Amino acid sequence: MNRGEVVSGVVLAALGGYIVSEAAHWEYLGPDGPGPGFFPLWYGAAMIVLSAVLVVQNFLAKATVAGRPVNWREVGRVLIVWAGFAVSVALLKVLGFILSFGLFVLFMVAGMYRRPLRVAISVAVGCAAGFYLVFPFALDVRLPIGVLGF
Amino acid sequence: MEIFSGLLQGFAVALTPVNIMWCFIGCFLGTIVGILPGLGPPATIAMLLPLTFQMNPTSAVIMLAGIYYGAKYGGSTTSILLNVPGESASVVTCLDGYQMARNGRGGAALGIAAIASFIAGTFGVIMLMLVAPPLAKFALAFSSPEYFALMCMGLAMVVLLAGKSMVKALLAMLVGLWIAGMGTDLFTAESRFTFGQAELLDGIDFVVVAIGVFALGEVLGNMETREGVAMLPVPKGLRNLLPNVEELKACRFAFLNGSVVGFIIGILPGAGSTVASFISYGIEKAVSKHPEKFGTGVPEGVAAPEGANNAETGGAMVPMLTLGIPGSGTTAILLAAFILWGLKPGPLMIQDNPELFWGLVASMYIGNVILLILNIPLIPLFAQILKLSQYVLYPIIFGISVVGVYSVSDSLFDLSLLTFFGLLGYCMRKLDYPQAPLILGLVLGDAMERALRQSLMMSQGDLSILVSRPLSAGMLVLTALVLAVPMFRKANAWRMKAID
Repeated sequence: MNRGEVVSGVVLAALGGYIVSEAAHWEYLGPDGPGPGFFPLWYGAAMIVLSAVLVVQNFLAKATVAGRPVNWREVGRVLIVWAGFAVSVALLKVLGFILSFGLFVLFMVAGMYRRPLRVAISVAVGCAAGFYLVFPFALDVRLPIGVLGF
Repeated sequence: MEIFSGLLQGFAVALTPVNIMWCFIGCFLGTIVGILPGLGPPATIAMLLPLTFQMNPTSAVIMLAGIYYGAKYGGSTTSILLNVPGESASVVTCLDGYQMARNGRGGAALGIAAIASFIAGTFGVIMLMLVAPPLAKFALAFSSPEYFALMCMGLAMVVLLAGKSMVKALLAMLVGLWIAGMGTDLFTAESRFTFGQAELLDGIDFVVVAIGVFALGEVLGNMETREGVAMLPVPKGLRNLLPNVEELKACRFAFLNGSVVGFIIGILPGAGSTVASFISYGIEKAVSKHPEKFGTGVPEGVAAPEGANNAETGGAMVPMLTLGIPGSGTTAILLAAFILWGLKPGPLMIQDNPELFWGLVASMYIGNVILLILNIPLIPLFAQILKLSQYVLYPIIFGISVVGVYSVSDSLFDLSLLTFFGLLGYCMRKLDYPQAPLILGLVLGDAMERALRQSLMMSQGDLSILVSRPLSAGMLVLTALVLAVPMFRKANAWRMKAID
């Protein structure tokens, strides 16, 4: 049994249930034809059925087909990077793109790739400066601005 | 005659200095993207898409298409030198390409890949030019029921061929349909799945999902380890990059096989270049006088899949441009790009935008020549890109993704959504859910719902309208067959197992 598939199947079944319950509040068929609830009701129901098939398939597979073991160290590494990215996005409103992106690069190079701080700072400054020169300066593309005005 | 005059018009568009420049930039970027393992054309096109909004649509499509087919050329480099495919379609090139490199014929393998790509790529464009106009004329007879049936068929084929599990592909497509349905309903102004957020009333921008799922999902997946890969020495000098006469002779049939198989598979929605490369490799091996040598470094084992991989591009453009049905993740993003530029790919595309269609076709001829020139003598130079450290490349991709999304919407909320879709893309990769059906569901969802509701309005809610018209009925029967065949096959396999 692949536990990841079972969990994803349950999550998708729940999503299907949510879609169906929401669609039930909207008009299904009106005088002019199908309403806004028509299409979601069908794909929500299909999602529940297919998720159930996925879960049942996994239970039927028993121990004959073992799921790939998850390397939690690798997953953890990705989740840390993702969390760092999420924090840098959350900080955009306060710090603006240049600063928050520079800090994210610093975190990636020094924290995730274990490069010396000197190298990490150089890459972070270079990337932030490069983005500033290419986007707002050369291409006139706006970047998120923070309370400091850049 | 019509085709000839259209092509002349196309060359007049494509040969302007500005369009030659965009074609070159697209091919150049495509080659780099193809060489870099872990960064594919869908991710690159999605990232660059927002930056093309200020451009003339013809120039923009010429550049984005250049990235698409340019990546196919570059994808073989890492397969041959590193035994790591730059693109999924280059997986099969590893089998003989890497062995040729280990046998000291790496330069010849790179040369054969470039020549096969050029021949098949050009064949694909010629066929696109010949097949697309009549198909578009035929599709002019389509009304809402036919469009709905056509979209069902396209989605059914895509989900069948998109991954190992049909159920997972269908689920990914349904999630795409759900995301497409978010926002204000066009017919009744009812807000759907907005979670009380005013920012979701306009729905979720396609660019946010595409960049999140493809670009960030791909980079996060590649970041699981810090390790790099060992590269075989890059052959230097033009002479070392050209195959000898015996090698070229051995590849004669492979060039033809790759071209024809690649184009035909390309037209089928969902099949994609990976399937095309495997099938042409299989055919090549089946008809070979020495099949046992395949996998030890035979040149035709490089030429056939690389040719198929490139001819597929021309084939994949046919349903996208003439029917508005994308057959893969990359063509889905290109289709979305057309819609964002205010164009409507479909039967009227050639008639309404002849400059764009024929300009694109002509630019693909030019692009193939540019790529041949770029790929034979400059491969050693391009291979240096592989030395670019991950810790520089990946933050840049994160940065471009943020800039891309923000430049479209000016919204920090969309950047939060980007973060979410990045994680979703990674989870999909990790759990083996194909990403292409989600994107296709998202691109086609809105149009599919509209076609269905318009059809039912025409018939006052009577569903039989979908099966009472011969064309739509035929397409729906085909859809049902496409979905039923693997189920029967699976049931049969279980039965046989039970008997054993």
